[in-house]
Formats: sequence, structure tokens, C-alpha cells
Amino acid sequence: MKYLLVEDNLELAQAICSRMGLDGHTIDHAAKISEAMDFAQAGEYDLILLDIMLPDGDGRSFLKQHRAAKNDTPVIVLTARSQVSDRISMLDLGADDYVTKPFDHAELQARCRAVLRRKTGSAQTMMRVGNVEFDPVGGHLTVSGNVINLRNRELRLLELLMNAKGQVFSKQKLVDRLFSYDDDVSDNAIEVYIGRLRKHLEGSSVQIKTLRGLGYRLDHD
Amino acid sequence: MTEDVLVSGSLRNRLAMILTGGAAVLAIVIFVVVRGYAAQIAQEGQDNILSASVSSILDAAVLRDGMVELDFPYASLSMLSTAADDRVFYAIYEDGVLLSGYAGLDMPQPGQTDEKTFASLQYDGATVRVATGTRILIGADVPRQVSVSVAQTQDALSETLNRISRNVAVFGAGFFALSTALSFWATSTTIGQLSRLTNSVTRRGPQDLSPFRKPVPSEMVPLVGSLNSLMSRLDQSLKQSEDFIAEAAHRMRTPLATVRSNAEATFQRVENPENRNSLRSMMRAIDECSRAAGQLLDHAMVTFRAENLDRETVDLEEMLRELVLRMTPVAELRDVALHLEGGVPALLTGDPVLLQNAFRNLIDNALKYAPPDTTIVIRVHNDPTLAVDVLDRGPGFPPDEIDLLAGRFVRGSDTKGRIGSGLGLTIAQDVVLAHGGALVLSNRSEGGACATLQF
Amino acid sequence: MRYFAVLILALLPVIGQAQVWEDRKVFGAATAPRNLQILSSTDTSFFAPIIESFIAQRADLSVEYLVTGTAELDDVFRQNPDRFDVVISSAMDLQLKLANDGLAQRLDGLSHPEWAQWRSSLFAFTTEPAAIVINNAAFAGLPVPATRQDLIEVLRANADIFEGKVGTYDVRQSGLGYLFATQDARASETFWRLMEVIGSLDAQLYCCSGDMIDDLARGRILVAYNVLGSYARARAETADMLTVILPSDFPTTMMRTALVSKATSEPALAEAFVGHLIDLQSAGAAEDFPLPSLGAFQDTTGRSSISLEPALMTYLDRLKRQTFIREWESAIIQGP
Repeated sequence: MKYLLVEDNLELAQAICSRMGLDGHTIDHAAKISEAMDFAQAGEYDLILLDIMLPDGDGRSFLKQHRAAKNDTPVIVLTARSQVSDRISMLDLGADDYVTKPFDHAELQARCRAVLRRKTGSAQTMMRVGNVEFDPVGGHLTVSGNVINLRNRELRLLELLMNAKGQVFSKQKLVDRLFSYDDDVSDNAIEVYIGRLRKHLEGSSVQIKTLRGLGYRLDHD
Repeated sequence: MTEDVLVSGSLRNRLAMILTGGAAVLAIVIFVVVRGYAAQIAQEGQDNILSASVSSILDAAVLRDGMVELDFPYASLSMLSTAADDRVFYAIYEDGVLLSGYAGLDMPQPGQTDEKTFASLQYDGATVRVATGTRILIGADVPRQVSVSVAQTQDALSETLNRISRNVAVFGAGFFALSTALSFWATSTTIGQLSRLTNSVTRRGPQDLSPFRKPVPSEMVPLVGSLNSLMSRLDQSLKQSEDFIAEAAHRMRTPLATVRSNAEATFQRVENPENRNSLRSMMRAIDECSRAAGQLLDHAMVTFRAENLDRETVDLEEMLRELVLRMTPVAELRDVALHLEGGVPALLTGDPVLLQNAFRNLIDNALKYAPPDTTIVIRVHNDPTLAVDVLDRGPGFPPDEIDLLAGRFVRGSDTKGRIGSGLGLTIAQDVVLAHGGALVLSNRSEGGACATLQF
Repeated sequence: MRYFAVLILALLPVIGQAQVWEDRKVFGAATAPRNLQILSSTDTSFFAPIIESFIAQRADLSVEYLVTGTAELDDVFRQNPDRFDVVISSAMDLQLKLANDGLAQRLDGLSHPEWAQWRSSLFAFTTEPAAIVINNAAFAGLPVPATRQDLIEVLRANADIFEGKVGTYDVRQSGLGYLFATQDARASETFWRLMEVIGSLDAQLYCCSGDMIDDLARGRILVAYNVLGSYARARAETADMLTVILPSDFPTTMMRTALVSKATSEPALAEAFVGHLIDLQSAGAAEDFPLPSLGAFQDTTGRSSISLEPALMTYLDRLKRQTFIREWESAIIQGP
């Protein structure tokens, strides 16, 4: 998916971009409102991540202009404040959700997906591999015309593998992506989710291969 | 609080004492003065009559053939009749020699003419008032000095005085009684103003530091002024510290976000278990820190808003539905479902911002403890009163700490490994108390915790 | 020496009895342990029933009743106030002066109308008007005088009949006579005209009402002026020859008064006697109380008696008395 990050703190922006990149998302960065307006008008973004405190104005004024321009790209606000009244006024101005800094990347992703699902129903970026159609926003998988609803971790696992076809993911890496650093996860937890996905993908042209000692890889015929 | 105050007497007692004492002194003064005045007037009355009697006797004095003749009228003594039948004495002297009447009464003072003298003296065992007058009769030869003393006992006078004294005493006692009653009334009215101020200050909510605005008597203006200024300083310092907390939290968040994002990104790349563990504890510390900052801020905000509650009609179910929607992504990350049960009218007058915050904290709390693949039920019901239960399938509250949990910064003993500042329940409780309700914590018989906000 | 002593002892009672009483009577047993001395100017006959009813309830009591003239009575009492327990007199002025001079005991236990008592020590118990008493036979064919002026005219017009036949008090001797005369003189100049007329008729002067009425009854005088009506009435009831006239121009009404000596040795008994007197006068029947009660001559216009007030002492003043007597003498004694 394609994101626009509006954030004046370059270090934070870099960290976010690099983390998003790991999940295979495209992300553009704007450090000012004026820049952000240009980006938003030029490119088609699935979602805008907006910081509130910006050098050339309040994120709220961007929100206002953004909505005034009839641009309906969803906006998730990144705020350092946590006052409820702040959040409410931002929602009133047209933000779709907010994430309080510092945030868990998984939570940000979950919120993005929820916003997109709510806003558009399904992503414009439907993934197609062979005879498999995957909608990461709506969370369903279509295999030879059969629609399968995926659970949260199945969905995230599939999205990860599909975004990097042919790339080998170690078990460790997959655990890191699917679970919080805090979760107590056993090694075979991943095998359970891989097993479920394989079952969903049965009869399709897509397979998840096990590379002994290395990890997993998504292949297709 | 009052037991710490040193008591130095009672204003009411002191005031009542001064007023009553003053009334008593005044009553006594009135008694003495009026009685003295009445005695003087009564004495003047008696003196006037005695004087008239003396005059009428003197007027009758004539010289006939060189002899003093005194054919004084019947009225001279008749005028001295009194209700108490006072005894009457008189003496007539010619040049100091007793001519007629009672001996030893009052010796005339030579040389004083046209001037009556009065004296009180003892005569025949009784106190008498004596008036003496003198007249010079010019005859053919030498002038003769005729002096007349008329005396009267003072029975009628003392009867009159006794009567006056009784009346004045009754009047004085009445005055005293009335003054006492008035002083008690005045005292309680005056003290009443203080009590009213006290009540009004006492009835305030713990965070109400707004100035006292009701009109007060001018004497109490300095007190109320100082009170108001004290409260405004207090309020200001409170707001300053709130602002400080908010600012501090805000300043911390952005760098923390940077660190955390970097740590997370690094965590994804690093393979070395040692490094991974370091990054893990780093992220845990950051999360704990940011959560604490958030809750401190929330708490400051709740405290601030609880003073002046926004009052509007809130549909709890609608509010909870939106809240559930917003919290679902987070819940899904943990494979926990949020389920809202409602269907009853759930209208409440209150502050929506505070209420939302309270519910978010309760659900947050439940999310922390709920095991994966379970459901957190948020149930709105109104039996017997409107209430919202947040039910999870976690370990439940430790039974022996259940009453303490809502206290500030108290966390359950089995929270190891879970991030939280311990303010969540406190915030929820502060909010519900500000709305006149209560937070009830209990454990479900089928396992799990139940936190109820009752309104 | 012994004889001398015996002589003195024998003479002592005589000296003690030096006082000559008009009358003296002891009621009750002479040996009674308690004794009440009553000094009075009133004839014994009037007081006998009163005293008898008093001692009837008191077996241990005897009462000595001593009668003398009003002026004499005053002297006697003033000299020996401790000898007498109760003093009764018709001379209101002298009685009042006794009380004023502190010789009377206050009797606070008695209740009596304010006007009929003074200082709770002098109690009036009769009203007795001064009257003109005439011999009916002498006035046959003559107008019966109703006023003093009538009397003056009758006497003037019939000087031949009344020459030496008019009696009145010798005010120099009689306290009551002096009281009547001074009160008359206060009231009207008619008194002096009357005195001059009487004086011109060679008036007979008396010490006491009793004597005057005796002479009237005997025909020695035909008219008596300012005689006590009560005495006269007592005779008139038995003898039709006398008429008692109360002058209608102005009445001179005396109240007989009683007081208890301050020096009495029987204060309770004396007070009881005075109480008995004032009770009897209001409630007693004629045979129990032969004197006119306080209410007897109180007409509807109000009290017309001489008031009990200190002013009564006015004419007792030495100078006033001197002047009055001189004028009286010059009017009444017109000797050749």
C-alpha cells in the first residue's frame, strides 16, 4: 500500500519509513504542511499519517484544507498529546483515527487496516498471485472463486509473504512480525498459522514452501 | 480537619456575653439613674409643698401691739396631708426664740431671708424633711425676725419611691430580657453569616477552587477576599502543575516515539538473542513510560474537568459502540474480541469526554489481562440503576486487594509483565464519582474480572 | 419616825389618786391577771355594753374605764402615757396631735377605711354631729330654728326670754368645745355673729355636753349650742321636752377616735379592743353600740365629718389658740 507520512521530526520519520518498508509498504515523507498538500494532490495515497505539531502550522489546518479539497484519502493522526478533547476535535475535523506517540507498529498497522476497511471496504491494491486474489484490507482470500475470511494473524502472515514473493522468512522473523515483543510465543505457533494458510491455499497455484533450517517462502506456479 | 484547629473561645459566646453583660449594666444604670431622678423629683415635690406651707405661715405673721401674731390658715398644714398620713411638725421662732410649735426642730439660720432652706434630719425617731423660711417684720421699734420650720416625715415619699423602684426594676428587667433576646438573635444572625460561608465552602467538591461569589456582609469581605485569593492561587498552582504534566508528557512522547520506532525496526533485523533481549526490555520501558505519561495526563484532565462538569445528555450505548469500534484493532492484535451488549435505554446526563475516558481505561485494563481468543463483554444494563459492566476472562482481581485497587497508583500484585501505571481504575473511579456514581469491582463466578460503573 | 412612815404609806394612794375623775369604773374581776386601762372622754353609760361584750370572751381580763374631759384627758395622757392602754376622745384635734407626736401605737392588723383613720394609729368609730338642742316649751309659739342664722334671729328677737338661758361650751376648758368652735369659725362668719348674740345674752358656759343637757332638762337653760347630738338624743328619747336640731346650713360632725398608747403594756389586748370597737360600730345593734356608727351621718353627698388630717393641729398652735380664745372671749364675755 502507499502511505504519506507528514512528520517534522526526521528521525522519527526515518524510523517509521524503515519499519513500514519492512512490511513491504511504499511510503512518502513530507516534513511540512505545504509539502504534504503538494504530495497529497500529486499522488494517489491509500492513507495519510499526519503529525499534529508541524513547523508551518497545526496538523488540524492541513486536515481542514485536505477535506476542503474533497480529498477523501483516510487520515490517521499521530499525536503526542493524549487529551481526549484534542482527539475529539481532530476526529471532528475529519481525521479517521489517531495513534498516540509512541506507538506499536503493529497497532498502527491494525488501525490503518481498520480505517481502510471502514472507509473503502476493500483496498484498491488487491493482490493477485496466480489464481489467488487477496484483499489485505477486507481480510479475505479468493481461491478459484471461493471466498475465505482470514483471521487477523493469518491475514498479516499472508500479507507479509505475498508482499515479498520468493523471499525466505525465518521463523524468528515471522514471530517478530506477527506477535508483540511482549507476547510469550512458542516456536510452533508460526507452524500453526502456516498450516492454516496452506489449508486455505489448497488447490491454488500458490504454495508456502518450508525451507528446512531457513524458514518459509511463498511460491507460485 | 477541624480537630487540627486551635480553638480560642467562642465568638458567639463572647458576643452574647458582651451584649448580655452590656444589657445588664445598662439595665442597672437605667435603674439607678431613673430611681435617683425620681427620688430627686419626689423630694422636690415634697420640698415645694413644705416651702409653700412655710410661706403661708410666714405670710400670716403680723405685729400687733408689738407682739408677733401668727393666725396662719388651716391650709398651711392641710396641704401637707398625704396618702400615707405623714406626721407633721412645725416650729415658729421669733428672733431665735421658740414662739410656738415643736421644740428642737430646726434652728433658723440668721440673716437668710426670702430663701428657704431644706434639710433632712432625725426628729422624734423618724427621718423628716424640714423647710425653713424667715421673714423680717418691721414694727414701730426694732425689726423682728420670724422664722418658720415645717417638717414632714417621708412615708409617702418612700412609698412613692418604692413604687417607682418596683416599676423601674420591672422595666429594667424587661429591658434586660428584651436585650438578651435581641443579643441572642443578633449573635445568631451574625454567626449565621459565618456558618453560611462555612457551609458553602464545605459543600464544595474537593476540586472546586472557584471563588466564593455569593454576597456577604461587608465585614466578611476581607475574609472572603483572602479566601478567594488563596483559592485562586491554589487553583493556579494546580493548573500550572497540570499544564506541567501535560507539557512534560508531550515533550517526552516524540523522542520516545523515535526511539521506539527505531528499536522496533532494529528488533526486526537483529538476530543475536542478547541484542534482541536488550531491545525488548528497551521497548517495554518505553511503553511503560508512555503509558504512564498518558495516564498521568488523563488523570490530570479528569481532575480538572471534574470541577466543572459539562452536562449534556449522553447515550452510553452509542458512546460505547464507537469506543468498541476504535479499540477493536488493538483487541484484534491480541486475538481478543470486544462485544457490546445493550438494548436498554441508556441516557445519562454527564461529561462525554470524561465518560469516554473512564470506559476506555476500563476496557484497556480488561485488554491487558484478557487471554487470547476470548471475548471482553461490555454490558449496558439499567437494573436497578444504569450501569456498565466490563467483563473479561482474565485472572480476576486478587480478592484481598479488591477494595484498594481503585486507589491512585495501586496495581494488583499479579501484574508482573504487564504494562500499566495503575491509574486506570483511579481515573474511572474519579469520573464516576464526579457523576454521583460508584465503581464496583468484583470477580465473576465463572472466572474473570467484572468492573462496573454504576450511575 | 414609824408613824411618819405609816402616814406616808397611808397618803401614797391618795397622792396616786390625786387625779379627780368624772367617772371611774372597773369591769370584770378586780383580781383578773390582765388589766386594760381605758382613758376616755365618753360617758361610761355609752361604753359599758361595749366593754362588757369585750370582756365576755376574756375571763382573765378586767378593764378600768376612766372618764375625764377632753382637754384634761390630753394633759393626763401626755404626763403618763404608760399608765393607759387605750385613749378614747371626741377631741379629734388633740387625738391627732397625740398620734402625730408619736404617742400612739401603729395598729397594722386592723382594716379600716382610709378616711376614718390616720397613720393606722388613730381610729374613728363614730360620727357625731354638733347640734342645737332646744327646750320645746320655751319655743312654743316661736319658729324652730333650722340654721345658725335662724337661731341668731330667734335669740335676738326674744332676748327677754333667752337672757341667761343660752348654754354653750367653754372652749377654754373643753377640747371638744374648742374643736367645734374652731371648725365652725373655719366654716362661716355666722359663728362669730352667733357668739356675739349668745355673749350678749349672758351665755352659760359648760365643760361638758352632759352638764349642758342636764341643765336643759332641768330648765336652767333653754337653748344649747354645739352640744353633742348623741348625748342629747339619749335624753330626748326619754324626755319629750327637748328637740335636737342639726343645723342645715353647715354640719359640724365630729368622729370619736381611739388610739393605743405607744407605751402600753398590753399592745395585743389594746389592739383587740380597738378592733372590737370598729367591728361593733359597723355591725353592732343599738344596744351593743349605743353611739352613732361611722355611717350614721354620712349623707349621700359624701363625707361631711371633720377630716382626720394634720391641719387639725392648726388651732392647737399656741399663737392661734391665743388669738382664737381672745376673740372668743371678746365675743362671749361681754360682762358689764
